[in-house]
Amino acid sequence: MSRLNSPAELEEFRQGILSKRDPDKPCITLCTGSACLASGSAGVAEAIEAEIEKQGLQGQVEIRKTGCHGFCERGPIIVKNPEGICYFQIEPGDVPEIFSETVKEKKIVERLLYSDPDSGEKIVHEDEIPFYKNQERLVFGSNGSIDPKSIEDYLAIGGYGALAKALVGMSSEEVLEEVKKSNLRGRGGGGFPAGIKWEGSRNAPGDIKYVIVNADEGDPGAYMDRSLLEGNPHAILEGLTIGAYAIGACEGYIYVRQEYPLAVENVMLAIKQAEELGFLGENILGSGFNFKVIVHQGAGAFVCGESTALMTALEGRVGEPRPKYIRSNIKGLWNRPSVLNNVETWANVPLIISKGAEWFTQFGTEGSKGTKIFSLVGKITNTGLVEVPMGMTLRDIIFKIGGGIPGGKKFKAVQTGGPSGGCIPEELLDLEVGFDELSKAGSMMGSGGMIVLDEDTCMVDVARYFMAFLADESCGKCVPCREGLRQMLKILTNITEGRGKEGDIELLEELSETAKEAALCALGQSAPNPFLSTLRYFRDEYEAHIKEKRCPALSCKELIAYYIDPDKCQACGRCLKNCPAEAIIGGKKKIHIIDQEKCTKCGTCFEVCPAKFAAVTKISGVPVPPPVPEEERTVIKKSKKQ
Amino acid sequence: MSAVMDNERIDQIVAKHDGEPSSLIQVLLEIQSEHHWLPMDVLKRVSQKLQVPMTRIQHIATFYKAFSLVPKGSHEIHICVGTACHVRGAQRVLDMVEDMTGIKPGETDLDLKFSLETVNCLGCCALGPVMEIDGKTHGKMTPAETADVLKNYN
Amino acid sequence: MSEILLEIDGKEVKATAGMTILEAAQSVGISIPTLCHHEKLEPFGGCRLCTVEVEVRGRTRLVVSCVYPVEDGLVVRTRTEKVERIRKTILELLLAHAPDSFVLQDLAREYGADRDRYEKEASFCIHCGLCVRYCAEVKKKHAVGFIDRGSKKEICFIPEIAAEECWDCKECFPLCPTEALQAAFVLTLALTSPPPVADKTGS
Repeated sequence: MSRLNSPAELEEFRQGILSKRDPDKPCITLCTGSACLASGSAGVAEAIEAEIEKQGLQGQVEIRKTGCHGFCERGPIIVKNPEGICYFQIEPGDVPEIFSETVKEKKIVERLLYSDPDSGEKIVHEDEIPFYKNQERLVFGSNGSIDPKSIEDYLAIGGYGALAKALVGMSSEEVLEEVKKSNLRGRGGGGFPAGIKWEGSRNAPGDIKYVIVNADEGDPGAYMDRSLLEGNPHAILEGLTIGAYAIGACEGYIYVRQEYPLAVENVMLAIKQAEELGFLGENILGSGFNFKVIVHQGAGAFVCGESTALMTALEGRVGEPRPKYIRSNIKGLWNRPSVLNNVETWANVPLIISKGAEWFTQFGTEGSKGTKIFSLVGKITNTGLVEVPMGMTLRDIIFKIGGGIPGGKKFKAVQTGGPSGGCIPEELLDLEVGFDELSKAGSMMGSGGMIVLDEDTCMVDVARYFMAFLADESCGKCVPCREGLRQMLKILTNITEGRGKEGDIELLEELSETAKEAALCALGQSAPNPFLSTLRYFRDEYEAHIKEKRCPALSCKELIAYYIDPDKCQACGRCLKNCPAEAIIGGKKKIHIIDQEKCTKCGTCFEVCPAKFAAVTKISGVPVPPPVPEEERTVIKKSKKQ
Repeated sequence: MSAVMDNERIDQIVAKHDGEPSSLIQVLLEIQSEHHWLPMDVLKRVSQKLQVPMTRIQHIATFYKAFSLVPKGSHEIHICVGTACHVRGAQRVLDMVEDMTGIKPGETDLDLKFSLETVNCLGCCALGPVMEIDGKTHGKMTPAETADVLKNYN
Repeated sequence: MSEILLEIDGKEVKATAGMTILEAAQSVGISIPTLCHHEKLEPFGGCRLCTVEVEVRGRTRLVVSCVYPVEDGLVVRTRTEKVERIRKTILELLLAHAPDSFVLQDLAREYGADRDRYEKEASFCIHCGLCVRYCAEVKKKHAVGFIDRGSKKEICFIPEIAAEECWDCKECFPLCPTEALQAAFVLTLALTSPPPVADKTGS
């Protein structure tokens, strides 16, 4: 491939690609994002390739291995085009039938379709499935239709058109103005307006300036950026290059976690391809603008998601944050003006440039424009990545798209914003998602983690969990964070393990104030949020743990016991057989008893006890009833006829 | 996995990054991924070659989670303790693994058979709780299933 | 250098651009407590004890004075109720490590900090980094550094360098607000020196 030296050459090249593509040709699109790979999509890909060969369909049927489609719950996912027939939870064994029925006979394999959990109705097309139907997939949508390893696929959907438009058709001021007008706010945490950040760098003195992609997505339970970078790396490169042009940067960095090997691989390949075609390098598309991109792998430290720590790490040093009294867009990497935005923010830029700020601002709310990708996980029926317009209510996201809580359980709270965020209770479910709305509720947008919690989740444990995470990830430079979080974790652990005492809540509040007001960086300053928000909405749970040594959610191991209700036990023996600690005493037609001394509280008995008996229960805050005397343990079976 | 990495290979990796002191983390990551741990002699060589003080190298090698200053076991167990896995019972899976292997996260057993680590999110929350052994993902784990999977490595 | 006028604790203070609030305060005899600051070293901003309240354009917030640069018209209050409360908490957190440090005890008296508020921690080090930074920035020897992160962070000597450089220097000793540094050094020396007997027979 040779370099493209003008927008006209790009257009010609694009037409060349399109002319070789027959839109009616059968094409099997298979999700090979990390989540689907974990569910076995590599095996499915092999099966498809083998089937194509076996049937002698080489050249007649295409296979496209794409990035994440978002509906991870039902992976691996296949979409048969051009009809757009969606099949879910595909196993290699399903492939021959897909070929014989769908590819050859154009018939639908009913059993592989999505079936509506309420009506049982089978749904054929993606856009009719509630999970997809209620989304607005502006940024994430292309993931399902391109092979991330093919720049031609990206060009075929109009890729690099925005770059051509910006570099040749617009001045750098105009590009900046457009982004400012769009009111695009940073999708990585604080929601700072991107255009204002860019303008600061543009106006800052100095010839050498940098643009940086923050792909150090560290929030546990969030993988939006990973899926974008894996599934559509060119969109991020295009956005980054446009940003570089707007502020006058000559070099860009992509800071990506080494824990994301597929993202690293795909983005490196994308850079190589973009260099070959002249979307990166000298004199891009004949505009005279030069720009190069370097990939830096993060070595595993959550704090490096903080902008100053990330820049310190880029310099090859320990990722300790610096005080931000001079903003990094003025004095950042190597003390030069540096604009850092996260993956999703950059991915929005090409859309804004090609379709205009006016188009972009039609989505979202007054304060938060556009869409946001959330990773909807936890106790939710449809786990996956969802992109919704800002302003959609939490209720719609969780129930309409997410399909509600599985197992007939009751919704308790949704945790947003990762370890810096907070928990939002049921009474606030009608809250419209947006940067300011979530902050007001004591949580935050963060990078878009949305962890759904049900009645079995202990809110004190959630606070303890995040505190443990942050105490481990604290860089250790400043006292309020290093020492303060250590003490907060100790107190929270004591509470969940039944050693809580009067005054603990007040002490936690005092340490929270110190961290919030005096810690060096955002990690420490926001670390108390999970505690403060759970205290705000679930104070009764804290008090039950401290005063009654009771865990209302029956979750904290040290505060619960497993107990077999002698009136319900039918001596089926399943718990006895499955208990890994050999803690169950029982026998044929004998009521089973748990030896509390031996019990490790792993919960296996609770899980295997048949629902029709439901004899194994969890108790908390009260003593375990003494076992039934040996001689009274015979099970009296109820006659079936009675 | 040899105890030492030869100097020639280290020098090659350093050269690939133009001997830039700022590439220290990238150099160490490459060595880690090839050699699976960072022996002290290797660090000294890198210090010399990149002209970076040992104090900084030691801090980096202990600050970032990707690096190990001790050899790893032949099977690397990763238990995802991301939030989604946590609320679905990752702790019970971890307890079971600790029980069976006798090691805690961050440790390697004396026979160099297992290394155990907790990781923050493997990005397959739909499968939570997730355990990964040598790169193979085991999803929707219960303590009993965890035990069954681990037995295959005994 | 352009002159900057600011107000600290109600007092008008003249400073030059590039100075920090701490330096400006010290220049007029207003004392702000610090544990990690040293005039020969780059500002660090780790202990947060020098936190003060500033008012810029009507908005108040807390900043650390050893890093924050002076600005024209800045109003600084070094001893508000909130500032004192935070200093007290910081001191109590550090006293869990170094309950016998004289420096900390003096400050604890001033701010009413309770030495026994938190359970004692095994390590004496309070991670001010004075030894590490002095060795690197002033002596340029890099004999002592930090290892690990968060609550596991510790100081650590590089045995080879320590064996060569430290014996005749020891300039970091008096900088340490606790006794931990010396302990660490002696320990390292003990670990790295060959046993005396072997030493004698070997020569």
